[in-house]
Amino acid sequence: MNVLSTCAASACQQAVCRALCSVVTKGNIVGVPVGTHPYHKFEIMKWNGWGYSDSRFLFNKKGQAEFTGKRYRLSGMIIPGLKDWFEGTFGANLQHKTPPTPLLTNTAVPPATLNEAFVEEVKSTGIPFSHDAEDRVFRAHGHCLHEIFALREGKIGRVPDMVVWPSCHNDVVKIVQLACKHNVCLMPYGGGTSVSSALECPPEETRSIVSLDTSQMNRILWIDEKNLTAHVEAGIVGQDLERLLNESGYCTGHEPDSMEFSSLGGWVATRASGMKKNIYGNIEDLVVHIKMVTPQGVIEKSCQGPRMSTGPDIHHFIMGSEGTLGVVTEVTMKIRPMPEYQKYGSVVFPNFEQGVACLREVAKQRCAPASIRLMDNEQFKFGHALKPQVSSIFTSFLDGLKKFYITKFKGFDPNHLCVATLLFEGNREKVLQHEKQVYDIAAKFGGLAAGEDNGQRGYMLTFVIAYLRDLGMDYYVIGESFETSVPWDRVLDICRNVKARIIRECKDKGVQFPPLSTCRVTQTYDAGACVYFYFAFNYRGLSDPVHVYEQVEHAAREEILANGGSLSHHHGVGKLRKEWMRDTISNVGMGMLKSVKDYVDPNNIFGNRNLL
Amino acid sequence: SVLLYYPMLKKRDDFEDILEERRTSSDLRYALRCYTPVLYKGVTPCKTSVLKSMVLQSDQLHYVINQVSKESGRAADDVREEASAILEEMAHSLQLSTVRFFAFMLSKVFKTLFRSICVNEEGIQRLQQAIQEHPVVLLPSHRSYMDFLLMSYILYTYDVALPVIAAGMDFMGMKFVGEMLRMSGAFFIRRSFGGDKLYWSVFSEYVKTMLKNGYAPVEFFLEGTRSRTSKSLTPKLGLLNIVMDPFLKGEVFDVNVVPVSISYERILEESLYARELLGVPKPKESTSGLFKARKVLSEDYGSIHVYFGQPVSVRSLAEGRVNRCQFNLVPRHIPRRPSEEIQSFVNDSAYRLVRAQEENMVLKPWVLLASLLLQNHHQNRAAGQKPGMALDELTTQAVWLRDVSRQYGAFLHWPGTVRVQSRFYEHVFNVSLCVIAGEQGGPGDPRSTVTPEEELLSQAVVVLSCASYRNQMLHVFVRPALLASAIHIASSNQKQEVFNSFSFLRNMFSSEFILCPGATVQDFEEACYLLVKTGVLQVTQQEVLVTERGHRTLAFLTSMLDPFLQGYQVVCRFLCEEDTETLTEKQFIPAVRKVSLCFSVLSSDLQKNALAALQRLGAVRKIKGYVGFHHPCVPGWLD
Repeated sequence: MNVLSTCAASACQQAVCRALCSVVTKGNIVGVPVGTHPYHKFEIMKWNGWGYSDSRFLFNKKGQAEFTGKRYRLSGMIIPGLKDWFEGTFGANLQHKTPPTPLLTNTAVPPATLNEAFVEEVKSTGIPFSHDAEDRVFRAHGHCLHEIFALREGKIGRVPDMVVWPSCHNDVVKIVQLACKHNVCLMPYGGGTSVSSALECPPEETRSIVSLDTSQMNRILWIDEKNLTAHVEAGIVGQDLERLLNESGYCTGHEPDSMEFSSLGGWVATRASGMKKNIYGNIEDLVVHIKMVTPQGVIEKSCQGPRMSTGPDIHHFIMGSEGTLGVVTEVTMKIRPMPEYQKYGSVVFPNFEQGVACLREVAKQRCAPASIRLMDNEQFKFGHALKPQVSSIFTSFLDGLKKFYITKFKGFDPNHLCVATLLFEGNREKVLQHEKQVYDIAAKFGGLAAGEDNGQRGYMLTFVIAYLRDLGMDYYVIGESFETSVPWDRVLDICRNVKARIIRECKDKGVQFPPLSTCRVTQTYDAGACVYFYFAFNYRGLSDPVHVYEQVEHAAREEILANGGSLSHHHGVGKLRKEWMRDTISNVGMGMLKSVKDYVDPNNIFGNRNLL
Repeated sequence: SVLLYYPMLKKRDDFEDILEERRTSSDLRYALRCYTPVLYKGVTPCKTSVLKSMVLQSDQLHYVINQVSKESGRAADDVREEASAILEEMAHSLQLSTVRFFAFMLSKVFKTLFRSICVNEEGIQRLQQAIQEHPVVLLPSHRSYMDFLLMSYILYTYDVALPVIAAGMDFMGMKFVGEMLRMSGAFFIRRSFGGDKLYWSVFSEYVKTMLKNGYAPVEFFLEGTRSRTSKSLTPKLGLLNIVMDPFLKGEVFDVNVVPVSISYERILEESLYARELLGVPKPKESTSGLFKARKVLSEDYGSIHVYFGQPVSVRSLAEGRVNRCQFNLVPRHIPRRPSEEIQSFVNDSAYRLVRAQEENMVLKPWVLLASLLLQNHHQNRAAGQKPGMALDELTTQAVWLRDVSRQYGAFLHWPGTVRVQSRFYEHVFNVSLCVIAGEQGGPGDPRSTVTPEEELLSQAVVVLSCASYRNQMLHVFVRPALLASAIHIASSNQKQEVFNSFSFLRNMFSSEFILCPGATVQDFEEACYLLVKTGVLQVTQQEVLVTERGHRTLAFLTSMLDPFLQGYQVVCRFLCEEDTETLTEKQFIPAVRKVSLCFSVLSSDLQKNALAALQRLGAVRKIKGYVGFHHPCVPGWLD
């Protein structure tokens, strides 16, 4: 056993908490946090957009798009094709700008309703807390379009009245006990990357709302190399977890697109899925043990057996509970030795139908690479527009040659072809073998290998795509992605119908420009696939664009459900999709979940009102 | 929302005569011209052989073949052979050369038979647009064998994709002609195949494959068969179910259904129909029969109006009515009986579509005249007076009725300043007019060799032919007429009383007219709306009152239903007076005919409808081909 942290759970208070003293205010943090996320997130992250403050897309004076900062491969690069694509796709114009409100004005933030007795007792425990406007506003939202749109307009609704930063399991136990004692509403907060309105404070909540930020519970407590498990505090964010494990030669392999910012506890609470689940599994396959603090006490299993037949798995009450039952504090997770070799790849198909057929076959033969994703034609074009400026004439010549080969020689129609991106992992020999197997299957469906670069760029884009939405919002373009899972035989139908529905709804709702309505298949399973839809439109001429957006998204979700898709594959339900829960899990199912909630949290201390 | 339903608010397109050009330019060049229709999302048309193999390889058929094989113990290959044979018998083999041949021949024939063929070009444009966006189903009204050739002819003329047409197997009896029709896009289905799973499966998969892929618009007749009475028939649901299925199961984003109203000034089969209704059997479809029928070529059949209605999106029809999630839990290729929700949805849609056909039916002045003359005829007979009415009287009444019809939303084609003149009498039903108007003579040569039965028959033929003109305007007045009659028979002016009578009448006549089951309240409201709007009634919360000037309209409306009421009464009286407890359906029709002196009741159509109504009301019971009835249950007021 390798104890990474010198600070055992019981000893943590002396080590960290004391140093931070009672009230944390801007600028006076003592000690450097282990993780990426500081107490005051707005110091490095945008308060009204996605990600790091230093990284953003903008159109420079020459009208060329560039990506600022130094954090990403794309950082500092010029993207020559983006402007034309942007203007062409959305009918947007660089002259028509919609800049955000630059600064958060404290007057816009409703004053905190504090439960004095609770505050006093928290103060006496020494757990850091704050009721600064910035801290509270930051924890009052996820990244749904309406949330970000409102922030950009400087509109702030109900926000938590106070933020607390427990540093370990015991801190959480204390906070929950105090919350129960003083009837305070607790809302657990992990990475803040929710896209289900899960972090929105219920406007009808009259009690003091306390945001329980787990970001300081971010240590790996031990690594067990015999059993290949790691015991980790739930506030750790994905990139830190991987980085720290990598230092010891391990990884979890759990890589959701939001892994830079999302936390382990958040993954558990929403049933997250990672890009490489084909090798490592989704969160439910990865967890061995979970510890959660609830108003009734701590729930956990007594051993770490790899599988148990002990009635319904209590982990499944916790996973997907979306912060309605308690706070996940510690998780034992499976780990794997870091892969020896990684290889990206891509395949071009003449059309989406062939691409889906290929993915289906790959799934049938159970030979899916670590990741396999299929983008439709619109997304292929989008990806193309995001190619950074090539450095040499030779590369651009090669690109031209490839294009010629695919469209002219092979007869692929540029308006129909689509591309799959691949990621292989393992030992070198096996990867090469695996790669051949997959390319052979692809060839049967008319797929042509299209190089590692295209593949790698495809995955890089998943990290920067969220930044792009902010760029769009600077120019009257709003959009969002949403996901579903669906049986194989319905994949094509759902893709076609949902995309068409979006276009129709936009037209009906008076959107003046044709929307971008596109999808990709991002995960394959034995019995189906996960499909992601992207949808964006130019809202010039609309008086209430967010309302239109919401109506269209609502219609699109109805369409998904009517076509046999699930309510969510991994984003969760939150408050955004609550209305469909009963139809999704039946009356009895609702009753079961409600009775669990009633037992575990009879006073609705965890009152974020998600899910049910 | 209810308002949208009222036909009178609709604006209609203008017509163009497509024969005009045919009369001035070469038919041969027309038949050989470049024909390049645009298909759904630009798909290329698919060869019949490819289409057939797609059907045979479909999951659905595969499943059913295995199922049939398991159930019957036959080898799967054997069943597959059978499926393949069914498909061979069924499938169309559309060929452009045959279409061109028809285009040439029909140009010649049409020019001889008809004065004009008028088409609303805006409707064609809408159709053209719809075909490119969604799979399209064409639903023409069905009054004549001409219908589907005419449809294809028009679509060819406008460079619109040619449809594949569901046709009854009867045509296959016609050597050569059957094959010609097949090559012009017809596919053939057996009249009944109730329990035959394999047949149903091949058939539905065949239709769906064509539709889903957008290879061609699918055309069929919602009424199932030609209406012999010019009234729309109760829609058949089988094919409509099939074409809606791909949308309901999410296999296509939407399906557009285009109702087409074909109005003939005079139907080719006019006198045949009347005789058929009177029990003279329908001649079997045969090539020689067709050849013999060429004598129709020497007659004048006036003009045809073809109105392509607004495409109806199945998606919007289903919006809020069908929960499509019901298909989530069973693989979609496994055939299942449609749920009750789906059945009632398809049924309601079918009625809506038939109404959409009716709304755009063009009515000629003769239709109005026929209605007036028939009413006069009935009234005179009832009063024991000499038949006939004065020409001046007829003219004034016709002008009055024209204005009333317009108010009720009728789609009238009233050429210029029509005055009742001799041309009316020379026109299509001159003979009928004469007889009803009281002139002696009757059809054909009035030699004295005719027996009284023959005399009666020939008179009945005339009345029924005339009724078939009147029937063309029934859809305009049926709801107000039901309300008018309801007011007439209700014991008071109480709205509830009137509604009860209305509801009873409506239920009684629901096989007779296009009245959607379960829509009593809507129909009542619609009737009230129309009659209030036209100043005939005043409807308060409690009462229904007839206005001073409303009596004339009301009288007209009640007498419109009179022949039907009388007919039903005769049937009831017959059943009550008949000694035997049970009688077969075959005995029933001639037996009723014997006791009746009322011409309309001679029509087998009315007799069947009356029987169906009595059955529905529980007065009569059907026992395996026998009609059993409970005497006391015959509704008392009918006597």
